[in-house]
Amino acid sequence: MTHLSLYQQLLDACAALLLLLSFAMLSQRRVVTLVNLYAVQGAVLAAATLLLAWRTGEGHLYLSAALTLALKVAFLPWLLHRLIRRLEVYWDTEPLLNVSGTMLAGLVIVVFAFALAQPITRLTSTATRSAIGIAVSVVLLAFLMMITRRKAMSQVVGFLSMENGVFFGAMSASYGMPMVVELGVALDVLVAVLVLGVFFFQIRERFESLDLHHLESLKEHE
Amino acid sequence: MLLVGCIALLLGWMGIGLAGLLRPRSVALTGRFLFPLGALLGFALAGLAAASLVGGGIERLIVPLGLPGLPAHLRLDPLSSVFLVLLGASSGGISLFAGGYFRAGEGTPPGLLCLQYHLFLASMGLVLIADDAYSFLVAWEVMALSSYFLVVTQHRMAEIRSAGFLYLLMAHVGAICLLLSFGVLQGGSWQFTFAAMRAAHLSPGWAAAAFMLALVGFGAKAGLVPLHVWLPEAHPAAPSPVSALMSGVMLKTAVYGMLRVGLDLLGPPVWWWGLAPLILGLLTIFYGVLFAAVQTDMKRLLAYSSVENIGIVFTGIGLTIVFAGSGMKAVAALALLATLYHCLNHSFMKSLLFLGTGSVLHATGERNLGRLGGLIHRMPWVAWLTLIGTLAIAGLPPLNGFVSEWLLLQSFLFADHLPHAFVNLLIPMGMALVALGAALAGYVMVKFYGVIFLGQPREASLAQAHDCGWLERVGLTWLALGCLALGLFPLQVINALGAVTRQLIGAAVPQASPHWWLLAPVPGRPVSYGPLVFLTATLAVVLLTVFGVRLTYHQRVRRGPAWDCGFGALTPRMQDTAEGFGQPIRHLFQSFFEIERELPAPADRAPHYRIAIRERIWKLAYEPIAGAVERLANTAARVQQGRISIYLLYSFATLLVLLAVALMS
Repeated sequence: MTHLSLYQQLLDACAALLLLLSFAMLSQRRVVTLVNLYAVQGAVLAAATLLLAWRTGEGHLYLSAALTLALKVAFLPWLLHRLIRRLEVYWDTEPLLNVSGTMLAGLVIVVFAFALAQPITRLTSTATRSAIGIAVSVVLLAFLMMITRRKAMSQVVGFLSMENGVFFGAMSASYGMPMVVELGVALDVLVAVLVLGVFFFQIRERFESLDLHHLESLKEHE
Repeated sequence: MLLVGCIALLLGWMGIGLAGLLRPRSVALTGRFLFPLGALLGFALAGLAAASLVGGGIERLIVPLGLPGLPAHLRLDPLSSVFLVLLGASSGGISLFAGGYFRAGEGTPPGLLCLQYHLFLASMGLVLIADDAYSFLVAWEVMALSSYFLVVTQHRMAEIRSAGFLYLLMAHVGAICLLLSFGVLQGGSWQFTFAAMRAAHLSPGWAAAAFMLALVGFGAKAGLVPLHVWLPEAHPAAPSPVSALMSGVMLKTAVYGMLRVGLDLLGPPVWWWGLAPLILGLLTIFYGVLFAAVQTDMKRLLAYSSVENIGIVFTGIGLTIVFAGSGMKAVAALALLATLYHCLNHSFMKSLLFLGTGSVLHATGERNLGRLGGLIHRMPWVAWLTLIGTLAIAGLPPLNGFVSEWLLLQSFLFADHLPHAFVNLLIPMGMALVALGAALAGYVMVKFYGVIFLGQPREASLAQAHDCGWLERVGLTWLALGCLALGLFPLQVINALGAVTRQLIGAAVPQASPHWWLLAPVPGRPVSYGPLVFLTATLAVVLLTVFGVRLTYHQRVRRGPAWDCGFGALTPRMQDTAEGFGQPIRHLFQSFFEIERELPAPADRAPHYRIAIRERIWKLAYEPIAGAVERLANTAARVQQGRISIYLLYSFATLLVLLAVALMS
């Protein structure tokens, strides 16, 4: 049995928390709670980044931790809460697949993700060995959430959570992406959320609901 | 130097087009200034190209245009020069006419039209001087797209949009074949310059494949049966100057491409390749002229006549290849000469006729032959100038149509010297078909001219018809003069074209007669033709007759009602109609047409006669293909569910599968 340092244990704990939060989001039907969970996930991510920055002493990781905190814990959740209040969507309707089914599918995905991460984990010399599997799981679970939800709002949270997974993966595999890329991604996410916010208002104005099955009528009919 | 001049002129066309956008709604700017300026550039281009043709040299230039690392190779040689002369000279006349023709009103504003029109011209020029497959295909596509927008000028009418779509579809089917053909032609060198293609050594099978692909690709653009279906739809839909440009010039760029690939890029041709264009060409002649004979829409009639003429040109290409592949160089040169000559002729006479119909359309608002008639009294300029085009396209001496058909028939006469059994017996039968086509073309033109211009006006509204404006007259006159000149001075034209036959075949047509006015182009046979002699003799006979009649005529004029067989009052509607004139052909060749007819019952108080003639080819080939494509598309459309979850699931599944593949490997 290998002995793990405190740092490594803390990092693994963060990773585990991220995965747990992903599952929580997958099962959560209240939109407000979903956004809160997303904020918590962001906080854990910021903590993990900070930990890594402290350990490696890389200056830009501090910056990226601060960015994560500002953007994913404070600004985006605030924006989403505001949207929820103004659009009055507090609950998602019954998901397409029931919760237990979704959880089982999630389990299968996590196993798959870990199998996938194995060859990479063997190669990497960084301290974050188990993290890559978790990062892939977070991405795939968020994707699964987007598939099973009906409301546009939940899908946006899924999209954002997916970005968290990508971020965590990049960080654990190679101590973060270059600063330029990271800033670019952060900006992209910000813009995407703003654009989607505008879209929500448009969709609601058009269909008087944010339920996405109304968009089916946009399909071309024979 | 000449090449640089040509490029400058093409750029000038583009500049004129862009200048049209300055004041897009101004008819005065585009019509009175930009289009005539474009015509001047056209004449200048024709002059430069003619100089290059007489010089007979080859110029090359590499211009760093387009994608980085893929500069445009340009080249001016005798073959491109001939077609540049054709482009410049015909488009000059058409542009002058267009300056007076386009007016503000429905559809595309004149400034935008000016841009599309000049872009179309410039892209055709670029097709002709391109020396690598990239520039060629880019120019080819720009040509197709700009002409598409010109066709759908009146885009508010659904039938015009659907005609435009059909044109675009056929253009793209053809372009795909060309793409594949060039792909084969590079022969594994992956160099797409024409120089590399000339140097490439293809196995016989691949060379034949490249040739056949090019035949389909260029045939679709030229209107070779069975790929001609877009012509009768697109030409009536387009404004007349555009129809003239498409029929007169654009179809010839396809001929140019066919000659370029078949006789230049592929190296010495194999004789049996020529059988494909020969047979298709003969079929096209017959098919086109039959359908022209039964049309009642004047522009549709001309479109089918273009199909017929393209058939003549492709027959010439086929003969050239058969002869050249069999080592009969002098005869091959004669056939090639006939082909090129017919291209020049057709570009002048068909432009003239299309523009003439444009004037008629403007003056009367009518395309239907059944509502026209007697316009020679109202529109003498248009009528007399169109008469020249009509006589020329009917192949009557001393006009130009006769010369090229005569040359083609002369070259047919050598087919019995071919060293291939059966072929040397069957090809002469094709000659009979060409002759029949020429005769029927005469019949079609009598119908065209007679019904529109002669007789009495069939509608009262025709009394208001007015002659065309002065710019239109200048344009028409230029084209009519072109027809006359090409007909009266064939020897000079043939001498100029000798550079091309020397370039492609390695032989020139000999001139057996020492006289400058006597054409004796056939090696070893005592045949000759002197158009000026013919003209003099004809004029002499006509003048003598007129003079003789005047002399002996009793000068007493008695005006009275014409005898009407005791039938009651004669009305203009009792004249022979377009339907009636075409009836014998319709009856004789019934099996070619799909006829839908409504005949009135004998006791009907308000009798109504309606006939619709369609091409069987739609039911036989195009509708099954379209049906299959639609079924396939509907099957594929099941993937499109309209639900975001399903779309996300597609991405998710793709991601998982890709990851799994990565995991396995």
